[in-house]
Amino acid sequence: MQGRAHTLAVMRATRRLRVIELLPWLILIGTYFLLPSYLPLATQIIVMILFALSLDLLLGYTGVVTLGHAAYYGVGAYTAGILAVSHWSEPISGLLAATVMAGIVGLVTGYIILRTKGLTLLMLGMAVTLLLEALANHFNSITGGADGLQGIMMPPLLGRFEFDLYGKVGYVYAAVVLFLAWLVCRRLLLAPFGRSLVGIRENPVRMAAIGVPVARRKLVIFTVAAALAGLAGALSAQTNQFVSLNSLSFELSGTVLVVLVLGGAGRLYGAFIGAPIYLIAQDALAKSSPTFWLFWLGLILIGIVMFSRGGVLGIVDLLRRQLAGLFGRGAAKIGEAL
Amino acid sequence: MTPALETRGLNRRFGALEVAGDINFRMEVGARRALIGPNGAGKTTFVNLLTGQLKPSSGSIFLDGSDITGLSADQRVRRGLARTFQLNTLLRGLTVLENVQLAILEHRKEGGLVLFGAHAQDRAAEAAYDLLERLRLDNDALRRVSELPYGRQRLVEVAVALALEPAVLVLDEPAAGVPPADSHRMMDLIDSLPSSMAVLIIEHDMKLVFRFAREITVLVAGRILTEGPPEVIAHDQQVRDVYLGHRKHA
Amino acid sequence: MDIVNLGVGILFDGVAYGMVLYVIAVGLSVTMGLLGIANLAHGVFAMAGGYVALSLMNNAGAPFWVALVASFVAVALFSIVLERLLYRHLYDAGELEQTLLSIGLIFVATAVAHFVFGPLPQRVDIPHAISGQLTFFGETFPTYRAFLIVVGFVLFVGLWLGLDRTMIGARIRAAVDNRSMAQCLGIDTNLLFMLVFAFGSGLAALGGSLGADIIAIAPGYAMEQLVYFLIVVAVGGLGTIRGPFVAALLLGLGDTACKMLVPQFGAFFVYAAVLVVLLLKPAGLFGKA
Repeated sequence: MQGRAHTLAVMRATRRLRVIELLPWLILIGTYFLLPSYLPLATQIIVMILFALSLDLLLGYTGVVTLGHAAYYGVGAYTAGILAVSHWSEPISGLLAATVMAGIVGLVTGYIILRTKGLTLLMLGMAVTLLLEALANHFNSITGGADGLQGIMMPPLLGRFEFDLYGKVGYVYAAVVLFLAWLVCRRLLLAPFGRSLVGIRENPVRMAAIGVPVARRKLVIFTVAAALAGLAGALSAQTNQFVSLNSLSFELSGTVLVVLVLGGAGRLYGAFIGAPIYLIAQDALAKSSPTFWLFWLGLILIGIVMFSRGGVLGIVDLLRRQLAGLFGRGAAKIGEAL
Repeated sequence: MTPALETRGLNRRFGALEVAGDINFRMEVGARRALIGPNGAGKTTFVNLLTGQLKPSSGSIFLDGSDITGLSADQRVRRGLARTFQLNTLLRGLTVLENVQLAILEHRKEGGLVLFGAHAQDRAAEAAYDLLERLRLDNDALRRVSELPYGRQRLVEVAVALALEPAVLVLDEPAAGVPPADSHRMMDLIDSLPSSMAVLIIEHDMKLVFRFAREITVLVAGRILTEGPPEVIAHDQQVRDVYLGHRKHA
Repeated sequence: MDIVNLGVGILFDGVAYGMVLYVIAVGLSVTMGLLGIANLAHGVFAMAGGYVALSLMNNAGAPFWVALVASFVAVALFSIVLERLLYRHLYDAGELEQTLLSIGLIFVATAVAHFVFGPLPQRVDIPHAISGQLTFFGETFPTYRAFLIVVGFVLFVGLWLGLDRTMIGARIRAAVDNRSMAQCLGIDTNLLFMLVFAFGSGLAALGGSLGADIIAIAPGYAMEQLVYFLIVVAVGGLGTIRGPFVAALLLGLGDTACKMLVPQFGAFFVYAAVLVVLLLKPAGLFGKA
């Protein structure tokens, strides 16, 4: 007999911020002070976390499997880059413009893509990305084509902070953007809207049977995910001051998928775990032996699929359950919405 | 008086196979209707046509007088037509309370909220708990659906549909899979449904049918064979022929 | 005339390219339709076939035909091993798992190929008998391309007849239509699927070897060509034999035309066309909805 008050308290507690959720931010702050020479790499990691987070909304939570998410990252990157080169280089407005642009492209293409499923959906997503890549390649006077968009000069942030060579300002900039995005995502996922996405992933027929406009909600989250991906791309363009065709590549779509799955999809923090692991490992291994890196990455992916669908977070969960069992605390807590 | 639910000339074909043929069906407000028929008669197909999981080849459907033929399944739900499924479709990884809470949020048009969602969720959780309490399922509120015995899950499935406060409720074989020990709970639940709600049940369990129904529709090979009060149907020769041909010796 | 020359050239090269794509992708279409597995790593079989055949020819001096047969058999056997070890556990899993497995396999295969054979494309020596030029109505065509076209066509007809006229074809069609029903009829679907999977993979190997002249065999093969194989299958329609044939032809012609006429746009028009087709017919040209 649980009782009304107890039950309602448990339900309210699912939204509470847990202490461990502050860990990523502590690490981010710590990195600034303790590892100043690694800030450029750390900034790249932040961008990838944001990108993977945007994919998590779509794939982890809503269950839409796509290999075309790089399209929106690329739109954001090129928008921000082109704006900067065309002398509208105020960073924050450039960032916002790029996000909106990616969101619009997401809305239009999402409307088309979401009407299909399975292989066709996968295919359409790929086709959009490849199409955009071909376009970017063609209009190389604007985009720089295969050489990439160069010569992006960013003026001081907020008029005061110069983008320095050591990447300090860039790092803080990226970290703040990630923080704000995280706040928005967390809010969204714990709200009724976010909970209904999980339902849509698990059983769309059931959701329709309780009156959820499934197609509409999917389009909304697709657009939001696209906008966030664009935000990540724009951030990359502004902090690297360079945009390459890789931003619109099928390879990048695959990479961000791998990053997310590595950390654990559908858990909000999978991106925060997968991105550092992937990029740090790549930085360490790929330079010395790209073949070696690719081989082990492939094996790990196969391993994840065969043994631990939930990535690193899935393994953490398993360990936690084992430990809880050892200490006699029984089944996993109900109130864990994330 | 406007019927709660009505179909006119409802047809559905798969190539040359007709699974629903020229069905004219009426159900009044507050009705207690059972839909029976031999296996393969098209009962679930008919329900799928009513609730929008299947589109008709021709014909129309009216809910409280409005034409809903062109509406999608979720649109029909929002207009007040809810159903349960023959095989459970609950969200298995969620708790009983969360399943009901989701339905309540959608019913209150708060399911798409991002801002002010917290408030709505708390209120919906309260309403969900109260509903579960009324149905004596409150003990299971915090248990995951996947941990419940199947018979209990069937009850939750009905609870979720009730949370939508529909004007018309369609139950697709609610007693299917419910062990005899629990079936009285299902019957009590159905007995306690509001009198203003029109209820359509598809069932094979004749005990439940005769206890519940004020009127019975018999469907055979996609067409209505006959309709009438239970006593009349029970003695109808056509119905007996249709059933005797198919029913194993009980 | 120059335009006629150009047109004929596009036609010929395009059809030959399309035939190669068909031979490789038809196995994928049947497997995906039959097993419901999104095997994005199908290109790995084609690549492996190419490497096996070319190694035998270049390093062991094996004759062309022997190399082809050997590559078919070797890759078919290899695919059975993969199926037993990995794929069979994922028949009921979601597309995400299948996609991830495929990507993982592509990565591993690419790394292994790079390690064993080096980054450069493999050298292709076309056997004397089918190299050189043919002259037809005053136009010259490379003989090998003509050979490819004939092979592709023969395969298509063979598969069509095979599915339509033989017992095993009937069983396969039954299993594609309704697996559980087929099992009730006593068809050993597990064995059947394994055989079909092996055959499809062997065909891919054949296509990879035959087509090594058009699609170079290099470590990045599986990833780079993936799009094209998927286009053939998605546009053609899963689980059919005719669909990929038509789609491969269209793709081969379209891609070749684009490369020759509007190279600065790359394959833009091809992708745009794919988008349009899939929007109008999501199940593909010949697929079932």
